Amino acid sequence: MSIATRRVLVGAHYGLRDWLIQRITALILFAFALGLALAVLITGPWQYARWKALFVPVPMKLLTLLAVLALCYHAWIGVRDIWMDYVGNAALRLCLHVATVLWLLYCFAWTAQILWGIA
Amino acid sequence: MTKPSSTPPRRAQRIRNVGIADLRNYRLPIPGVVSILHRVSGLLMFLALPVVLCLFERSVRSAQDYESLVRCAQGWVFRLVLLALGWALLHHACAGVRFLLLDVHVGTERAAARFSSQLVLAVSLVLTALLALALFGVL
Repeated sequence: MSIATRRVLVGAHYGLRDWLIQRITALILFAFALGLALAVLITGPWQYARWKALFVPVPMKLLTLLAVLALCYHAWIGVRDIWMDYVGNAALRLCLHVATVLWLLYCFAWTAQILWGIA
Repeated sequence: MTKPSSTPPRRAQRIRNVGIADLRNYRLPIPGVVSILHRVSGLLMFLALPVVLCLFERSVRSAQDYESLVRCAQGWVFRLVLLALGWALLHHACAGVRFLLLDVHVGTERAAARFSSQLVLAVSLVLTALLALALFGVL
């Protein structure tokens, strides 16, 4: 019976990890949003050509995709907390969790498709 | 293995949850208002994610799509939706900065926390008002 003696069976680290990721992704999103807002303000009045040109370089596509990945992780933790707080029925909560993850993955893939469609 | 102590100490007072019926009589302190609005604005942006992605897709697809989007943005319903999302983003960001500062033990005293929550509400509402002026063509 030595399997369980050394293993951490409670979820404290899992909670701490998500708590930390929530903060780190928040900082990433804050920096990206500020950067994008500045870039839009600097490039002058809103025009299709200028707006599109922002997303043409591959590094910008990758940065944007990384920001959206951070967004998805951030949203997952936040929305999961909401389901955990307000949805008492375990079966319904599990369904909502699965739906949230699938939906965020869908949005992530969709963003990649949009970004790499810009030429 | 040590045996856990026989019975947990009895609480002097039972934990009391606020029920739905009590909500009308419960005066939420201002830091609590900021906190629940942080949650509401986050959920709002999560639900609006497909709308935002749709708008982004159309804004970068072609010049024609971009122009049709600009025409769409003349309508006041569209502008109100943008304004609501703008408020959600601004409030979520301002309150988020406050929570990050609280995490590193900045402003945890009662008076300071109360002041910073008022500041979050004020700053996000002023920025939203500026956005409204820009959206509705006054600025």
